[in-house]
Amino acid sequence: MDITLQQVSYAYAKNTPFEKRALYDVDLHIPSGSYQAIIGHTGSGKSTVLQHLNALLKPTEGSIKIGDVEVKAEKKSKQLRKVRQKVGIVFQFPEHQLFDETVLKDIMFGPMNFGVSEEEAKRRAIDLVKLLGLPDEVLEKSPFDLSGGQMRRVAIAGVLAMNPEVLVLDEPTAGLDPRGRKEIMDLFYHLHKEKGLTTVLVTHSMEDAARYADRIAIMHDGKCVLAGTPQEIFSDEVRLMDYRLELPQSIKFQKKVEQMMEKKLPVLCLTEEMLAEELAQFLKKEREL
Amino acid sequence: MLEKMIFGRFIPGDSFIHRLDARAKLIFVFLFIAVVFIANNWITYAILVLFTFLIIRMSRIRLYFLVNGLKPVVILIIFTFLLHLFFTREGAIIFEWKFLRIYEEGLRQGIFISIRFFVLVILTSILTLTTTPISITDALETLLNPLKKWKLPVHELALMMSISLRFIPTLMDETDKIMKAQMARGSDMTTGSMKERMNAIVPLLIPLFVSAFKRAEDLATAMEVRGYKGGEGRTRYRKLEWATKDTVIIVILLILAIILVYFRS
Repeated sequence: MDITLQQVSYAYAKNTPFEKRALYDVDLHIPSGSYQAIIGHTGSGKSTVLQHLNALLKPTEGSIKIGDVEVKAEKKSKQLRKVRQKVGIVFQFPEHQLFDETVLKDIMFGPMNFGVSEEEAKRRAIDLVKLLGLPDEVLEKSPFDLSGGQMRRVAIAGVLAMNPEVLVLDEPTAGLDPRGRKEIMDLFYHLHKEKGLTTVLVTHSMEDAARYADRIAIMHDGKCVLAGTPQEIFSDEVRLMDYRLELPQSIKFQKKVEQMMEKKLPVLCLTEEMLAEELAQFLKKEREL
Repeated sequence: MLEKMIFGRFIPGDSFIHRLDARAKLIFVFLFIAVVFIANNWITYAILVLFTFLIIRMSRIRLYFLVNGLKPVVILIIFTFLLHLFFTREGAIIFEWKFLRIYEEGLRQGIFISIRFFVLVILTSILTLTTTPISITDALETLLNPLKKWKLPVHELALMMSISLRFIPTLMDETDKIMKAQMARGSDMTTGSMKERMNAIVPLLIPLFVSAFKRAEDLATAMEVRGYKGGEGRTRYRKLEWATKDTVIIVILLILAIILVYFRS
């Protein structure tokens, strides 16, 4: 499902003394099936953009096309339910949204709201619990008896159970241990590839953006200031510094190595694995000479 | 949606009213509640309304904003107005239609009561709009201090009040967040039958309670860790200072009371 933001502006608490502009003329096109990362420092408007992708917020000016539904300021909320079914959002700390008696019921909540039959919802819940690496017993437990990491996984399952076509992730791994982080991010990537999802990842982690995304947009002071492939974005360090962002670790390391050897590697290495590979090849070539 | 709620919110500013001592404002509002009841005819009510507008001017709060905040109370005012209109049976009949009879006195009483309501709500809103919640609690604590003699836990009450006030915005944000998360999961709190809506509240309330209890526990731990042990021997960071203008405003109110007594019938 294509998502296009056109000249989107948004102000919180409009027409009160507390009015605060959060977005200014944001243009962004997210093609169907792509993995889009949105990065930016705190308060840059990332989360506000994210809430627009699901019509939880309607732009004060401009419009958003989500699939074939156009969202505008004056649009009635009724038509937006269709959008919400197709776009699943994993909010920051999604475990805060758990509420039902058992994990099973909580995961079934989303799909059943959108008219999926009970058996089907149950089947999805059982599958997802397995997919997320949770033991079967948790299904009958209260979500409040689980550990933080398990709660996170249950909450993510609750969103995935709606079978969304677009998956929007707001720092889905914040506060998890390194292994849990990698497991969950890999899982999302796997789903993205396997089901052909359109994925939007809002993150502080340059490493995650570089590793998983095929397109990156940078938000700064409520504006979308830069958009392109990870190679394009991370080749301009000076500009990143302007937006108070850093290079991913692997590229930092690559730059240091290049400086020491006074030679350049042929490509920008977005992950550690890629960097190791490139370095190995480079060294091999050096030795042969 | 929640961001439109202004009740109990403070608007920063630097007007005469803003700069008054919180104790003065508190005493003023309490006295004013009594003074309002002196009025009992057209001229005294007119004076009250005039006085209220003067206070609004002095607080430099945009009128439309104040009116916006009054919306929830308007229904109550209309209700009491109608009650008086239809159930007072005194004076000449001014309108009659089938079994409905409106008496002159009913109309008069209805209007008076509405004015009374209106003036009271506006003045109390101005108090909360121009005073930070923290200074209101501070003021309340100092004003209630004499009651300590009778073993009233004044400091604890004030602390409870300031903590709950402090957490209103936090809980509002939290509500907004959870509401959005559940809406994204297809829960719909704004449409459907009464029963459906009630059911839709459960997924909102449970996470809210859970997080509120967690917050309370965290706060208690944090206070204990920092050695909080109650009001005994505690000094203040913010000092309330009573100035001449605070005395002046109370005196003005007393003058108003005297004028009202003079003109009342």
